[in-house]
Amino acid sequence: MSQRHEPVIYPETRFYWDGAKLGKLMLQRCAPCDAPYFPPRPFCPNCGSRDVSAFQATGRGTLHSYVINQLPAPGYEPPFTVAVVALEEGPRMMSNIVDCPPDPAALQLDMPLEVTFEQRGETTVPQFRPATGSAA
Amino acid sequence: MKSKSRKAHIVGVGESIYTKWGGIQDKTQFQLTAETIATALTDAGIAVAEADGLTSFSNDANDAPLMAVTLGLKQLRYSAMVWGGGGGGSAGSVAQACAAVESGQAEVVVAYRGLCQGQGRRFGRFGAGRIHGNFVHPYGLFAPAQMLALLVQRYFHETGGDPDSLVEIALNGRANANRNPRAVMRDRELTREQYFASRWIAEPLRLFDCCLETDGAAAVVVTTAERAADLDADSVEVAAAVHGSGPGWGSGPLGSHNMPDEDYATSNSKLLAQDLFNRADMTPSDINVAQFYDHFSGLVLMALEDYGFCGRGEAPDFVKSGAIRADGSLPINTSGGQLSEAYVHGMNLVIEGVRQLRGVSTTQIADAQTCLVTGGLGVSPTSALILTR
Ligand SMILES: [Zn+2]
Repeated sequence: MSQRHEPVIYPETRFYWDGAKLGKLMLQRCAPCDAPYFPPRPFCPNCGSRDVSAFQATGRGTLHSYVINQLPAPGYEPPFTVAVVALEEGPRMMSNIVDCPPDPAALQLDMPLEVTFEQRGETTVPQFRPATGSAA
Repeated sequence: MKSKSRKAHIVGVGESIYTKWGGIQDKTQFQLTAETIATALTDAGIAVAEADGLTSFSNDANDAPLMAVTLGLKQLRYSAMVWGGGGGGSAGSVAQACAAVESGQAEVVVAYRGLCQGQGRRFGRFGAGRIHGNFVHPYGLFAPAQMLALLVQRYFHETGGDPDSLVEIALNGRANANRNPRAVMRDRELTREQYFASRWIAEPLRLFDCCLETDGAAAVVVTTAERAADLDADSVEVAAAVHGSGPGWGSGPLGSHNMPDEDYATSNSKLLAQDLFNRADMTPSDINVAQFYDHFSGLVLMALEDYGFCGRGEAPDFVKSGAIRADGSLPINTSGGQLSEAYVHGMNLVIEGVRQLRGVSTTQIADAQTCLVTGGLGVSPTSALILTR
């Protein structure tokens, strides 16, 4: 089986992957709007301001939606769960749901999740698992 | 106001044979597409060399400059393609053709799509060319069914709607295809039992909730009212044609899912539908028959609401009432659609719309005067048009 994909890192996204390496889930916030956003980019998606800065998210979120993936994917053994996580700060991001069977009975929408990190080659990839109260 | 004499009309349609994936091997996709464009122009009663514009969508591999040479066009005055993946731009490519003729940039524009999936990369499977961002594919998500099922899953959660209602969209498509000799599934009946016994592709989507994988090509010819009046062809007016997106959908279901909360579990059509009906000076109640882009049944359900045919959360009961069947209040996907006729990224749906207004559909709706046709749903851009006569 081939390896799981490692993300390609660009100048605009390096802070995110550097943060993950240190066990931090990073977001950006626009100063004029005081609104966090994702995915990374140096423009506020709300007002276009470039007065934005990175900050560490709590790592807490909820299960916004998910799909149990039955198709082959590099480095994955189907079935596995691909989810959309609604972060406590507002933005949504994709993740797998780890430490949890890919079973609808175990995947209740809006259930609490917490971030964890998966080492993947040279990079560290944020992942989410059902909340245990001991978020990284 | 644009001059009525230049109002866009569809005057010709062309289709190749439709086969299962990989069924067309005796000619290239490019040749098949060229022949289909010629068929559409012949249907219009226009000499092939007289076409002066070509439009398509979604990185169409059959590029217009080469097509113009192949077809022997005397002059190419307009070529354009709508951005975006899949069939989001299908009606948008017709909108481009309309804009070209109404603005006087061209006289006869063909909107086309050719898709022989057996000759290239198979859609819906992982391929090196399908990189939707580094915040998506590292999680093993590559296929449209899985990406869009995320919206459908959330839709049922938010509305409390019955996921089993999706069967109605699959059965409607198949029943209509069984009357359509061009449909890939013309001879294959589908029962409720077979539907519920079929495997999950991406729960809540079963096998029969997902479009076919087929080979084929389709094209429509757009010209002005003035030119249409000089032709023998049975012409159909394009009352309005639009393409576009709500906010944030560029990072929508094919990306990070950060569209506005109220837009999440939708088909990305709410703003587009308002524009469409305004431009056509119509309301949903004016629509006699509709062709919804049925790549996945769940998106059709949401689009019924986004286009205003029923309220939020009401689509499951709407389809269960029989409203979308041939004898219902809003018959949809009367050729069988992409679930059961063929998957030509929505151009076959535009052609079925024309057939309805010409009165020659195999599931003809009596006295159809208006038909809504949508492009790919839940993507950016999406698109739509209203045909009238
Ligand atoms: Zn801002």
